[in-house]
Amino acid sequence: MDTLDDTERTLASLTPGEQGVVQGLSCEGLTRRRFLDLGLVPGTLVEVALRSPLGDPTAYLIRGSTIALRKDEANKISIRKAV
Amino acid sequence: MNTDVIDPGHLAGRDTESCLTKADALRDQLGSSLHDNLVAALYEEAAAIAEHATTQHGLRWSGFDQKIDRIVTSRWLGFPIMLALLTFVFWLTIKGANYPSAMIGDALFWLHDRLEAGMKAVGAPWWLTGFLVHGVYRGLAWVVAVMLPPMLIFFPIFTILEDLGYLPRVAFNLDRLFKSVGAHGKQSLTMAMGFGCNAAGVIACRVIDSPRERLIAIITNNFAPCNGRWPTLIMLASLFVAAALPPAYSALAAAGSVVGVTLFGALVMFAVSWGLSRTALKGEASTFTLELPPYRKPQILKTLYTSIIDRTLLVLWRAVVMAAPAGGLCWLLANLTFEGRSLMEIFSGWLNPFGHALGLDGVILLAYIVAIPANEIVVPTILMAYMSKGMMVELDSMAELKQVFVTHGWTPMTAVCLMLFSLLHNPCSTTIMTIFKETRSAKWTIVASLLPLIIAVIVCFAVASLWRMAAGH
Repeated sequence: MDTLDDTERTLASLTPGEQGVVQGLSCEGLTRRRFLDLGLVPGTLVEVALRSPLGDPTAYLIRGSTIALRKDEANKISIRKAV
Repeated sequence: MNTDVIDPGHLAGRDTESCLTKADALRDQLGSSLHDNLVAALYEEAAAIAEHATTQHGLRWSGFDQKIDRIVTSRWLGFPIMLALLTFVFWLTIKGANYPSAMIGDALFWLHDRLEAGMKAVGAPWWLTGFLVHGVYRGLAWVVAVMLPPMLIFFPIFTILEDLGYLPRVAFNLDRLFKSVGAHGKQSLTMAMGFGCNAAGVIACRVIDSPRERLIAIITNNFAPCNGRWPTLIMLASLFVAAALPPAYSALAAAGSVVGVTLFGALVMFAVSWGLSRTALKGEASTFTLELPPYRKPQILKTLYTSIIDRTLLVLWRAVVMAAPAGGLCWLLANLTFEGRSLMEIFSGWLNPFGHALGLDGVILLAYIVAIPANEIVVPTILMAYMSKGMMVELDSMAELKQVFVTHGWTPMTAVCLMLFSLLHNPCSTTIMTIFKETRSAKWTIVASLLPLIIAVIVCFAVASLWRMAAGH
């Protein structure tokens, strides 16, 4: 991962195998706390690992853990795609 | 950020009240980014320390784990693998439990005959022998013989799946379905726990931290048939479904019909969750985060220990404690007479019309009332009521057992309705108490107890009516 795509998008737009770098979180309260607890702070590298058989949720590699998030949640995490 | 320097010595003289006021005022000026910055800084620090202090060989989620995950969560294989595993677990339980069940049964009933002879030798009155040996002891013997072997197989296999890390993958596969009914994907874990014991399943609902989704999971946990109900389901499947097929397929057919019943339970669970999240428990889906932990080699010894000591013996002990008085009660009902008829005959006679409408009979309903403390003793109670001897009978052979049922008017319809009733009816008293402890609400405890019963009555009535219409009665 050397360069970043210029356009900002959300984590939900990535497909398995793609990577992105967290830019920010567009949510407040408990959900934001939860994301921060997972280590989703700006600058964190995230890779899409698995899509569930029914298309949602998706599992992401975050700081060495595999964490599944629903599409609604992944949409609240803005990223720059790593190219 | 406010740059006021707070001097501890300066603060010490003031009272707490004004300190707090000051802190509140300062906090307002911090802005929302403080927490973010704090967490980011902590992670940066932690990552630097970890980098410095540890060496990592490759990525954690790679190689073996990745391959397994790709298969068990794949679009085409994810669901078939779950179904195949479920069927395999039931098949192994049914097939494997047969011989030990018969052996334990023989041993316990050998002891029963010795006890009977012993009571006679010391000149005990008939009613004391009846109550203690034919009632209490037989109830215990039945429960141990029927329940112990399946539990010794079912619980360890389940614990191994848990230990391996497969269950979170199940939650991952199924979450979409749970989400569409307004529930939480982790509800599948609590349902899996409910297969062992619904009271344990209800406690397991603590893993769901949104109160709304947690309540849905608690109320619907009952639709996961528990250990006290498997023997009934497995026995009916073996007697009325498997018996119709050649022996080579019978265990698989029995397992298949138990899986079918389980899936129907899941369907009802989804329907009820959907109904609740659209009526009484309306609300938005809460945050869903689920960790898929790395696969681990199961620790066989530890698995055996936990599943035998923590689960099997605990559940068995509870069943024994419940079965002993219920066995005594059964004996009393069958032996206390009023105007020449036993209380059992009288009560079941009252319940008969209602039971008939549900495709069952009065005796079955009475057995369910006696068995509110423990579902395990439903079948023994039914048998005891049918046998005029007024005591629980020996489980000599499956063919003999079926004969008892058939002579009392049982048809495949009775078996199907009884399986459905067993699957759907109200939770046992332990589970009801646990629901109250977990929800601290009389209202939701009543809902969780009565809703399943109402559903069971409606479903059995519908199935029996349709069956009779189709058969032209």
